[in-house]
Amino acid sequence: MHVESNLRKPLITGGKNLHDVSNDICRRVEEKPSLSWYAAMAVSLIALAIGGYAVFRTLWDGIGMWGLNKTVGWAWDITNFVWWVGIGHAGTLISAILLLFRQRWRMSINRAAEAMTIFAVICAAQFPLIHMGRLWLGAFWALPLPNTYGSLWVNFSSPLLWDVFAISTYFAVSLVFWYIGLIPDFATIRDRAIVAGRKLSAFIYGILSFGWDGAAKTWSRYETVALVLAGLATPLVLSVHTIVSMDFATSVIPGWHTTIFPPYFVAGAIFSGFAMVLTLLIITRKVYKLEDYITIQHLEMMNIVIIVTGSIVGIAYITELFMAWYSGVEYEQYAFYNRVTGPYWWAYFSMMTCNVIAPQLFWFKKIRTNIAATFIISIIVNIGMWFERFVIIVTSLHRDYLPSSWAMFYPTFYDVGIYLFTFGLFFTAYLLFSKFFPVINMAEVKSIIKSTGETSKSLKK
Amino acid sequence: MKEEKNFLVGVYEDDSVLLKAISIIRDKGINIHEVYSPFPVHGIEDRLGYKRSRLSIAAFGFGFLGTCLALTMMIGMMTIDWPMIIGGKDFLPFPAFIPVIFEMTVLFSAFGMVGTFFVISNLKPWGVPIQFDLRSTDDKHVLAIELKKNVLGLNDISKILKKSGASEINKKSIKI
Repeated sequence: MHVESNLRKPLITGGKNLHDVSNDICRRVEEKPSLSWYAAMAVSLIALAIGGYAVFRTLWDGIGMWGLNKTVGWAWDITNFVWWVGIGHAGTLISAILLLFRQRWRMSINRAAEAMTIFAVICAAQFPLIHMGRLWLGAFWALPLPNTYGSLWVNFSSPLLWDVFAISTYFAVSLVFWYIGLIPDFATIRDRAIVAGRKLSAFIYGILSFGWDGAAKTWSRYETVALVLAGLATPLVLSVHTIVSMDFATSVIPGWHTTIFPPYFVAGAIFSGFAMVLTLLIITRKVYKLEDYITIQHLEMMNIVIIVTGSIVGIAYITELFMAWYSGVEYEQYAFYNRVTGPYWWAYFSMMTCNVIAPQLFWFKKIRTNIAATFIISIIVNIGMWFERFVIIVTSLHRDYLPSSWAMFYPTFYDVGIYLFTFGLFFTAYLLFSKFFPVINMAEVKSIIKSTGETSKSLKK
Repeated sequence: MKEEKNFLVGVYEDDSVLLKAISIIRDKGINIHEVYSPFPVHGIEDRLGYKRSRLSIAAFGFGFLGTCLALTMMIGMMTIDWPMIIGGKDFLPFPAFIPVIFEMTVLFSAFGMVGTFFVISNLKPWGVPIQFDLRSTDDKHVLAIELKKNVLGLNDISKILKKSGASEINKKSIKI
């Protein structure tokens, strides 16, 4: 039995009992989708269709459709890729690292955050896939498969290949972690469907629940599995963005060739991931009336993570500037001088304002417990983190060693379109998830309702 | 073969009552078939006398397999089959192999452990759950006692269940 101090505020409010938890969460799966859900779905599908056209043209005509040029050979594609992968860091961080730290506030948010992680990683994967042009041959370039060249194998010394392994492993392990957590909840939905006589639901959720019955022996194994998976996923989360940062850090481009990249990228990933979790959950809790499960306290905790990671990112930005100066390398110095004062100064200042200054507002309790302010700042952070990647990638490239090859990057409709495509994909997936899957981990919430529910807290007093 | 067996099923509302009840029932020498709960109840394994799961050992084994496979693959491809000079590095650039070794270790460990968990717990898409009471995935803890495995009769066990705090006691035949 877990004993908890009365000084801690209840994590679940509204005097819920176990049956209320099942009712509140399953109701969303059982009822017909609302009009607003259809509207949101329609918007997502339109974005997906417009973006789908951009993807089609890129594959049909080649990546010459993009705004890349000889100098800026990496721009929106990799910016979007890193941005989405970064967002995909919050889910597994919440469920794995917070599990190891026994942070019980994770329980109301881990399901949706993990779903977001999985969809974000799928979106991220679109960019490397699409940029290969003939993506049906991509497996031969990215995976160690025998081929007609003899076999000429993939290069295991390349960080780009490490990335293939890191992201596919991260996706696969996150998916398994997420699904393991879903099984007991699917069983709850299945049994409710059996009682209510809904045969189709009972059949579908019966398959999804893998014949789960909640036996003590299975629960005991389940807990071991969850703990070991958390232990495995924790270094995995940190490794993924470390390896993404090595795509840049192992090169010799001034502005990329720095050892600070791995920790700086990981902090930035957690920062943007939490911002996206906040954006999504603030809407989800409002629409699904989950205010008793995702309380202000949960939002506040996430905001605190945002202050911490935002400040780490801020220190990293300043350290980069300092190191450029201190290194005495004029190319390095110029790269950063150009970053701050060059033609992309507006991108640098957007990044600084959104990522370093905006989250500092969360030091005020009034702001970090205010839903509207949190929502706005979470979106600002998402924008800022996109600019961060844009700044790192484009401003480091656009002024080459040779001034004659200096160039600017202008995105075309197809650059923007593929970004839109991933938004369509992400929100379509999230909407389907929020309709057909339980958005809160019922089994975990039930396990803490006695120690941190409002009823028991008031009884103890 | 599956055969129909008779069970006495005690329904409990609260996990701490359940934990005490398990001790009371086991002290009387009654064999408990299994307890079904909507959420993991901490300390239930000890009360039921279950041993600690060895799945973590399986995870280590599968992880080690992943490490070995990753090393074999990379050395086989880059050192033995087709050595190439890349950036002036060795034909066996071990530091460059570390990320892939790590990822494959984690991948094999996670999938191997979860696969083992599914197999030993009989979890599969076409799996049929053993259910004594459908409320056990909602808000009730369900304790099942197989009558044939116990010396005490139906009435005696019922009395003990009632005394231990069961809110309902039902008789149920189920094919296992």
